[in-house]
Amino acid sequence: MKGSEAIGEAAVQAGCKLFFGYPITPQNEIPEYMSMRLPQIGGAFVQAESEVAASNMIYGAAGAGERVMTSSSSPGVSLMAEGISYLAGSELPVVIVNIMRAGPGLGGILPSQGDYFQATKGLAHGDFRVLVLAPWSIQEAADLVQDAFDLADYYRNPVMILGDGLIGQMMEPVEFSDDRKPIKDLQPKTWATTGCDGSRPTNIINSLFLDPEELEQHNIRLKAKYDRIVENEVRYAEDGTDGDFDILIVAYGTVARVCSTAIDELREAGRAVAMVRPISLFPFPYDAVREAALKANAVLVVELSAGQMIEDVRLALSGSRPIHFLNRMGGILVSPDEVIDKVNAILDGNSEEVHHG
Amino acid sequence: MAETVFARPTALAEVSTHYCPGCTHGVIHRLVAEIIDELGVRERTVGIAPVGCSVLAYNYFNVDFHEASHGRAPAVATGIKRARPDLVVFAYQGDGDLASIGMAEIVHCANRGEKVTVVFVNNAIYGMTGGQMAPTTMPGQVATTCQLGRDVELAGYPIRIAELISTLRTPAFVARATVHNPLVAVHAKEMLRRAFTCQVEGTCFSLVEILSTCPTNWGVPPVEATGWLEKNMLPYYPVGVFKTPQGGSREPKPLVV
Repeated sequence: MKGSEAIGEAAVQAGCKLFFGYPITPQNEIPEYMSMRLPQIGGAFVQAESEVAASNMIYGAAGAGERVMTSSSSPGVSLMAEGISYLAGSELPVVIVNIMRAGPGLGGILPSQGDYFQATKGLAHGDFRVLVLAPWSIQEAADLVQDAFDLADYYRNPVMILGDGLIGQMMEPVEFSDDRKPIKDLQPKTWATTGCDGSRPTNIINSLFLDPEELEQHNIRLKAKYDRIVENEVRYAEDGTDGDFDILIVAYGTVARVCSTAIDELREAGRAVAMVRPISLFPFPYDAVREAALKANAVLVVELSAGQMIEDVRLALSGSRPIHFLNRMGGILVSPDEVIDKVNAILDGNSEEVHHG
Repeated sequence: MAETVFARPTALAEVSTHYCPGCTHGVIHRLVAEIIDELGVRERTVGIAPVGCSVLAYNYFNVDFHEASHGRAPAVATGIKRARPDLVVFAYQGDGDLASIGMAEIVHCANRGEKVTVVFVNNAIYGMTGGQMAPTTMPGQVATTCQLGRDVELAGYPIRIAELISTLRTPAFVARATVHNPLVAVHAKEMLRRAFTCQVEGTCFSLVEILSTCPTNWGVPPVEATGWLEKNMLPYYPVGVFKTPQGGSREPKPLVV
C-alpha cells in the first residue's frame, strides 16, 4: 500500500468518521483517499477553504464527540496553529498528520525534518503540548495512526503523526488487524456538545478563562496531563544497544532507515555501532538515549534539518558524551554512504564535535 | 389565577449579561432563545460563540455551546454539523468576527450549503476591543482607528454581508433585520424563525443579519442609539429578505442557453 493510503485506511479502521483538510503537496493522497473512503462508511469529508478553516472544523467535530483527522504539510500546519492551540486549550482529541516538506517559507516539496521544533516545542501560542509520533515505515505509520486515535481520546489532547514525503509516497505491505482493541481504557465522551436534554448541565467547549486564578489552575491541570504523557507514552526502538559499541546513532523517521542500512554495512566492516530511534518525539526518550549513550564513546545525530532533535539529545546527555552531527537540508536525503563515512570519521578522529553557543 | 404571558425562554440561561446599557445583544439573544423554544429543538441545539462582545454567549444560553476562535465560527459549525447532522447548529457572530477576520469562513460555509444557521450581529464597530473601525463602520463614522471618521478613499465602503452572501447560489435563506424598536424586533424574530426552520427542515445554509446598537463605542447616549441606527445605518443596510429557498433554482444552468 502507498503510505498516504495506508494512513487514511488506518484512520478509518480506527473509527475515524470525519476528515477536514486543504490540498498541499506532498500529502494530497491522504485527503484524496478520505474523500472517496469516508462516504462509504457514513462519514464525511470536507475540502476546507484553508488550513485555518480545516483546523477549526476538526475543532468543531471533535467537540461533538466524533473521531476526526486532518493532514497537511509544513506551511499548512503553520496555518493550523490557531486551531491546534484551541484544541489543546479545550482538551479535544484529534489526529493531525504532518508530512513535512523543506522550508522555511514556501521552501520546497521534498522531504525534511525541519518542523521538529514546531511539532515538539512550539506548535502555536500558549503553554501546551501535543503527542508527536514519528513512523519509519508504512506499517508503523498505519499502527501509529490507530494508536494516535486512542491516545488522543484517552488524554483528550491532539496527537500529531510526523512524517515526511517518503512515508507518504513509499509503497510497502501493510497488515490491519481484524480484532484490534484500543490501547487505552476509553471512557464515554460525556463532555461533548451533543445537545442537552436536561439530564446533565450544558456542555461548553471552551478555552477562555478571564479569571487568572482559574486559568492558572487550568494550566496546572494541563501540565499534570503532559507529565502523565511523559511518564507513560515514551516510545523508541533500539538496535544493538544490548551489546558493546563505540558509536551510538540517534535518528528518527525515514532517516533512521537510512542509518539502519548504514549500520548493517558498518557492522560487516567490523565497526561497533548501535542506534536509538525515538518514535515518540514528545515525549522524547531522554532516558533511553542517555543510557545507551553512556555505553558509547561518542554519539552521532542524523537529521534532515539544521539541527533540531540534537538539542534534545544534548539535554539527555548533559555533556557526558561528545555529540557529532550529520545532516542534509532543502529536501536532500542523507545517504547510507554519508552515514558510513561520518561514523568512520568519528572513529578515526577526523570528525569535529558539535559545539553550540 | 394569574396567567403567565411573559417569561424567560427555557433556552435562555437565568443569568445577568455583561452587555452595556442600550446594547441590543440581549434582545437578539432572547429572540434566538424564543425561536429555539418555539421550534422545540433546545435539546438538540449546539451554539457557537464568537470572539467579540458576545464571546460569553455560552453563559447566556441554556444549550450546549462551543467557543470558536476569532472569525472561525462557521468552520466550527461545519465540523459539528458534519459530525452530528441530527443537531441544530447555530453560530452567533459580530461584524469584526464575521465580516473581517472570518470572511473566508462565512463565504465558504454558506457556499457549501452547510445546514447551519448564522446570526450575524452588525453594530458597525469593534465593541469588545474598544471601538476600532469595522468593515461595517459607516462612511464618516468616528472610530478609535479612524478618528476623523471612516475615509472611504482609504478604507473603502462598508460591506453589506446579507447582499454579499445572497449573491451565492447555494444558501437557502438570507435576510437582514433590526431590533431597535419592538415592532421591527417582531420582524427580526420572524426572520430568525424562517432561518432556523430552513435548518430544521434540512434545506440549507441560512443567515440573518441583525443591526444592533453600540452606544458605548458610538459615543452616543443609550436612548439616542436607536435613533442613530435608524438615521445612519438603516438607509445603507436595508431590512428585508434577500434570498429564499424558493427564490431561484440552485440547479446548474447550462453554459449556452
